[in-house]
Amino acid sequence: MKEIVVISGKGGTGKTTIVSSFAALSKHAVIADCDVDAADLHLLLNPNVQNSEPFIGGKVAEIIPESCTQCGECENFCRFDAISEKVNGGTISYAVDPISCEGCGVCVAVCPSECIRFESQERGELFVSSTKYGPMVHARLGIAEENSGKLVSLVRAQAKSIAKEKNYELIIIDGSPGVGCPVISSITGAYAVLIITEPTITGVHDMERAVGLAEHFNIPTYLCINKCDINSEITEEIVKRSKFLAVTVLGQIHYDPIITEAQIHAVPVVEYYQNSVSKEITAVWDSLYGNICADKTN
Amino acid sequence: MKIAFTSGKGGTGKTTVATNLAYFLAKNGRQITYWDCDVEEPNGYLFFDLEEHYRKSVTIPIPTVNMDACDLCGKCGDFCEYGAIVTVGKKVLTFPELCHGCGGCSLICPKDAILEFPREIGEVIHLSYKGNPNLKFIYGLLNLGEPMAAPIIKKVKHLSNSSDTTIIDSPPGTSCPVIESVKGSDFVVLVTEPTPFGLNDLQLAIEMVEALKLPFGVIINQVGLGDDRVHHYCSERNIPILLEIPYSRQIAELYSRGVLFLTKLPHYEWMFQSFIQSIELRMT
Repeated sequence: MKEIVVISGKGGTGKTTIVSSFAALSKHAVIADCDVDAADLHLLLNPNVQNSEPFIGGKVAEIIPESCTQCGECENFCRFDAISEKVNGGTISYAVDPISCEGCGVCVAVCPSECIRFESQERGELFVSSTKYGPMVHARLGIAEENSGKLVSLVRAQAKSIAKEKNYELIIIDGSPGVGCPVISSITGAYAVLIITEPTITGVHDMERAVGLAEHFNIPTYLCINKCDINSEITEEIVKRSKFLAVTVLGQIHYDPIITEAQIHAVPVVEYYQNSVSKEITAVWDSLYGNICADKTN
Repeated sequence: MKIAFTSGKGGTGKTTVATNLAYFLAKNGRQITYWDCDVEEPNGYLFFDLEEHYRKSVTIPIPTVNMDACDLCGKCGDFCEYGAIVTVGKKVLTFPELCHGCGGCSLICPKDAILEFPREIGEVIHLSYKGNPNLKFIYGLLNLGEPMAAPIIKKVKHLSNSSDTTIIDSPPGTSCPVIESVKGSDFVVLVTEPTPFGLNDLQLAIEMVEALKLPFGVIINQVGLGDDRVHHYCSERNIPILLEIPYSRQIAELYSRGVLFLTKLPHYEWMFQSFIQSIELRMT
């Protein structure tokens, strides 16, 4: 079973557009949306939710005011500035800001009057769905929540178990922008990474960091240049740079408003309209799939 | 005054608006501090000719176990919520990338066998704009392979001069790095585009700023592309649209080369003038 993860570094380069088309072209793959804090893939694949379960994330501290002796030890020891003293008239009270709380439990350990509640909370939802193109695993991280990395791991684990059970050889993963926690969580141990970039200096800068990240985790990396005609000089530079970075450019895709039109009609662009852009995306898929199939190892 | 730019969806134009606004305000004599809090992929600095003043390493304290004092009780591992320290057989293993630096293991150890040492996870770079001394620029950079952006964002935001106007460029999304970036700002600007993805992620971003109880407004970028559902959504919910930037191949092309579009298309300056006025009106 092989997991292919689509990332980009920079946001808005076309990850989800391309993944949705890959889903339509692959015929036999499990689809996973690992961009859990701004998921959009469902808007193009229209999943039918078969099963959903709550995501239990990390713990959050909560001070029970009735038993608190206002000693202030919790505030002294919290390294995340999550606990603050409030003076209301003549009375002092302490409260935890749940947004700043990292759920480490240090306040619980230092509290002499055992007045801090420390429990796991529901922080999102995990969905297993069916789509026209095959099974899909996706999620919704609660607003302003942490632990996106943990939820990404759960989405991947669920996708793998479905692939195993139903004999799918391929999992296509839509990743999130950046190079931090959720991205690391979506690529570690994956079979290959496809980076979608665009010919802008910010796109190139962020792509190079994404390549560096994939290299750090020793994952074979491919490149696709989207909106290649926005600046053809920079596109040429990316092609040159890719040789230096030792990553293969699988293809280039032109800018086309038809992509936005397909999004409005809520279908993958390759299903919406057969034109040059659809052909370019299909060529990238064929090339990626060819590379994957050529390798018989797992 | 601190104005934060964020978006939910990536690539909607946060950096374009934030950099051009900083340029515009500095040109008009204001003292500006630009905080690039997208420490995973900072790229506001690519749009200015900057002079670097200094860099500061960002570290978090991670545990080291003195095995001469350790009696393998395993309490550190039981305590750690992140799985960053664990006792296996006659060894105590630590996983520095998982450690949040809370200090709990060291605190809980009955033998005082755990010491903390700083480990670098990134850096913060302080610069100024050569074209205009009114503009100070600070950005953070997360080391590749490190998962935690928040401690670096905190350091970017560490120093501020309250009389300055601070422009905060945040990462996309709605989770912890975004919260860390926009927390404490006086006004949040949500930059979106008129597409279904833009609308979906705008709704998430609105839920986030509402949870933080911060005043906010919307910028719609690339108007003309897509449909009018974002406009309808905002007017139905009485959400102020502070600025609409038309879809323009010229702006996209200038952006691609790292050029602030106001420097080449000064007739757009009025947009930024009325934008900042409408924010300030809402602040008073």
